Order: sequence, then structure tokens, then C-alpha cells
Amino acid sequence: MGDLTRLTASALAEKLASGEVSSVQATKAHLDRIAAVDPDVHAFLHVASDRALETAAGVDARRAAGEKLGPLAGVPIAIKDVLCTYDMPSTSGSKILDGWVPPYDATVVRKLREADLVPLGKTNMDEFAMGSSTEHSAFGPTHNPWDLERIPGGSGGGSAAAVASFEAPLALGSDTGGSIRQPAAVTGSVGVKPTYGGVSRYGAIALASSLDQVGPVSRSVLDAALLHDVIAGHDPLDSTSLTEQWPSMTDAARQGLKDDALKGVRVGVVKEISGRGDGFQPGVKQRFDETVQLLTAAGAEIVEVSAPSFEYAVAAYYLILPAEASSNLARFDSVRFGLRVTPQSGPVTSERVMAATRDAGFGLEVKRRIILGTYALSAGYYDAYYGSAQKVRTLIQRDFAAAFDKADVLISPAAPTTAFKLGEKIDDPLAMYLNDVTTIPANLAGVPGLALPVGLAPEDGLPVGVQIMAPARADARLYTVGAALERLLEAGWGHPLLSRAPALAETEMFASEEGAV
Amino acid sequence: MPDISADQVRHLADLARIDLSDAELTSLTAELAQIVESVAKVSEVATPDVPATSHPIPMTNVFREDVEVPGLTVEQALSGAPDREGDFFRVPPILGEEA
Repeated sequence: MGDLTRLTASALAEKLASGEVSSVQATKAHLDRIAAVDPDVHAFLHVASDRALETAAGVDARRAAGEKLGPLAGVPIAIKDVLCTYDMPSTSGSKILDGWVPPYDATVVRKLREADLVPLGKTNMDEFAMGSSTEHSAFGPTHNPWDLERIPGGSGGGSAAAVASFEAPLALGSDTGGSIRQPAAVTGSVGVKPTYGGVSRYGAIALASSLDQVGPVSRSVLDAALLHDVIAGHDPLDSTSLTEQWPSMTDAARQGLKDDALKGVRVGVVKEISGRGDGFQPGVKQRFDETVQLLTAAGAEIVEVSAPSFEYAVAAYYLILPAEASSNLARFDSVRFGLRVTPQSGPVTSERVMAATRDAGFGLEVKRRIILGTYALSAGYYDAYYGSAQKVRTLIQRDFAAAFDKADVLISPAAPTTAFKLGEKIDDPLAMYLNDVTTIPANLAGVPGLALPVGLAPEDGLPVGVQIMAPARADARLYTVGAALERLLEAGWGHPLLSRAPALAETEMFASEEGAV
Repeated sequence: MPDISADQVRHLADLARIDLSDAELTSLTAELAQIVESVAKVSEVATPDVPATSHPIPMTNVFREDVEVPGLTVEQALSGAPDREGDFFRVPPILGEEA
């Protein structure tokens, strides 16, 4: 049977469909792996072992009865804790929601269940998705499987680390300024932020509603496409949900696996985020340049495009995001759900209880951004800050439109550096914010982006990712170009990049096995 | 550097309903000034002729059919409440009157 945790989701799905393995076996293998390595990795905040095995047994029974099941039926999946699940706590990484079990499922979670995937548990994240390292989780950081002393990216470091450490073949993430793509880059995994509105946000605990988007996390481009097809589509419960019929992303990815898939594709290198500026690590720039050469050799047409307004993207983002977050997080009022803390002294009024609750329940980064957002929206500052940021958003959309006149897809490094050490940037908010310099423009414009690994940086042996971006609604292009590039890279290496990740100590497993002997 | 005082941060925290310790107030005041200075560059390119964008893909008049659909039950709605009384959320006094 081999180690089921090393299979891609698509390979595992084939074995499930043929009856070679059962969903219970696959689920058990992943639960064992979680038990063995998660004490060190800490990708999960909650593991639903019994329920997962029950779900898997149900899928097996229905398959045995001859029922026709979906392509990912029986495949285990991890779910970012920002997504509401009626049967598991949903904390968004915050103490203010510690233990909260929502009375409903997020639409994407409902779709997973309807497609018979097997939820394994909930993954760690920066509190309310505010961060690039998971160090702002109220429940402790996640560790990068490539080097446990390093960050797994954020905010979706838990989902990325879960797939990169073979605890799950698939995961769901959410991406507001890079929270799917930057963790993919630093863990050697694949992550996609779909077109804004392509995937429902209903039941995703809101950070910045005009930027948030749910998307797939995986170890291969094809796997991300399979998951994208499960979660995409119009949802009347999300008034920003797009109404179109989406083409099959799986078919698009399979197109990319054919010879000559890249021939004549116009790939735009965005000058401003192509790794030349300050803040880009030499090994990231080197692997990015090699990737561009590889695409050229495969027949792609490389064009240089300029996006002068991208220079202002991080600044605009750190006004728009806090402004929207300060409003969204007002719902944590100690009345309807979550924590309630009574002040130690003085009169006990609703207002004072609310302020004491939010002091105790929110971490420092959340307080920082709420207060920044409150400032940006205050009378007298609104035009200069929030109003100007919204204009920058227009300029960035115009830059994208001009770039996509010349190119079918754009390419850039997915993060400016490889994984940094835990603790290295935690006390420097501005340095932390710059981790998303290459991913933020896509959120501001609503265009889709896919991150995939392109090698290890020579100076530290850690994964480097590139990001491919496409025009709004053209997500399928990401999968064709991404799958084609992945195929070329893996042909060169002779293996997937993640097979180079160091083995994680399976302490608990060995202990129990030895005990049995 | 924009002038942000500790009093101003205290006021913002009050508006946002967050009690802050003195230590948090001191660190946030310094950090906020630094962050605001760095993000203020947006005004360099935000000229009057540029329209504002609030939403990446604008949609208007998003309505659904006017038909009844089931909502949460009372028990579901109250399932996460810190305190309840019967079918109601129970809250501390709003106006500071006697409870």
C-alpha cells in the first residue's frame, strides 16, 4: 500500500476510486501522521479524529454500495480555522473565540462535505488572519517543516505546514494580502487565491471584506485545481459572489501537462516586483530568473511590463485592511458569541464589559490594526488616508489592465525572502508587513494568483516560490501555466520539491510502536 | 512624522472599545506614528482626477428572490452566547442604571 500520506490528492483519489485503498485507511494514515509530527509542527488547532474516521467509513460504505462519488470523495482535508464548521471549534486564531462552535458551516465547508471530502481538523493561523508568520496566533506559532526554527508563513501557516509535512494532502486557506500564497512560497507547497468573488466568503470570519478570498492549498497544481472546482461557484449567501459558470480548473491543469502548453504564452515580468529591489533575497531572485529562462526555453514569450503604482500597494493595503477590519471586528462585542470579561473595578456597564473583553480577547497585532483603522477612518483624516488608499487601488487596477494588454499572465516571486526565523520580525510590524509586497497588488485589484515552488535558495536551502497572476475571471490560465511550469521543474529535478524536505522526527509514533514490541 | 499623541491613541482605543494598559498605550503610540508615516505616501499619487475604488469587482443591486428561507433557531442563535435569560441574550446594563 505504501505510505498513503506521501501521495498527491489526485493519486490518492485514483486509489480510492479503484478500491485499492479505503478512505478509512487513508484517513487513519493522515491522523497517525498528525499524531506523530504535529507536536513539533503545530499546524492544527483541533483534530477531529473520531468524526473523520466516521465520515471516511460512510464514504467507503457508499462507494461499496456502488454509488457514484465525486473525484475527491474520501480524500482527507485540513480546514483553516477562519472558516466556520458546525462540528468543530472555529477560533480564527483568537482567544476571543476560544472554543466557539458556530451554528452553521461556511459555504466552502458545506461544499467539501457534499463532495465527500473528509475534514481532519482546523489549522492554525495568525489571529483573524493578521500576519505573515502565524506568530500572532493566540495559540502559539506553527513551525516550518523544512526547519522547525522558522516561520511557515502566514496567516495560513497552519494549512501550508499541514500539506508540506504530509499531515493532509489538501487544505483550505484564505488570502487577504497573501495569506495563501506567501505560506506556499516558504513551505514549498502550492496555493491559489481565486478571483475575488469566485469562491464564497459566507462563513469565512471576515478580516477585510473587499480583499478576503478563500482558496486551495496543496502539494501540486492539479490538486489545487481539483479542490478549486469543489469550492468555486455562485453563492446567494455572499452578495459579492460572481454569478458566472466557471470552466473546469482540473481540465485547465491537465492542459498544462501536455507538450507545448507554454508555446506562445505571453508571460509578463512585472519590473517593480521582479526581485531587483531592496528586500529581495539573492537566492529568491536567482531562482526566479531561472524560472523565467525555463519558461522562455519552453516557448513562452517573455515581456517586461511596468506597474508603477505597485510601489504604493503596501501603503494602501495597510490603510484599507485596518479600516475594514476595525469595522468587521466590531462584532466581537461580548454579547452574542465569544468571550465576556467583566472589568475588575468600577461600574459594570455593557460598554465597559465590551472594552475589557476586547482588551483580554484580542492580541497586540489585532489591537494595533483596529486602532490604525479607526484612525484612518476618523473625521479629518479620512480623505488623506482611506480616501487616498482607495485611489491607489484604482491606479493598481489600471496597471494590471495595461499589463494584461501585453501579457496573458504575469509572474513574480511569491515572497521576497525564504522562511525567516521565528521571532525575527515579531517586534517590527513594518518589516513584517513587507513580506506581502508581491502578493498584495492582486488582492487590491481582485485578480487571481497562484504560488508554486521553483527550487531551494542556494544560500539557505529553503524553498522559493513564484507567483503567477491572471486577469480577473481567468483563473483557468493559472492552472494551465502553473501545471506546465511544475512539470518542467519536476522533470529537471527528477522529483517533487517537497521530497527534499528533511524527515520530521516521529517521536510519539516510534514511542508507541516500541512500546508495543 | 505625523503627530500622534498618547491621548489621541487613548481616544481611538475608546472609540474602538478596547481597554489598553499603559505599556500597550506607550508602544502603540510609537508604532502608530511610524506606521502612519509609512502609509501616508498614498497621498503622493492620489490626485483629484483619480476616482476611488472601494471594491475590486463592483456589483450593484444584488437581490435574492423574496421568499422565506429558514434562519437559525433560537437555540442555535443563543448557542455561543456568554449569558442568556430564556430566549434572550443577557447583557450588563447599557446606561449604567441599577441592574
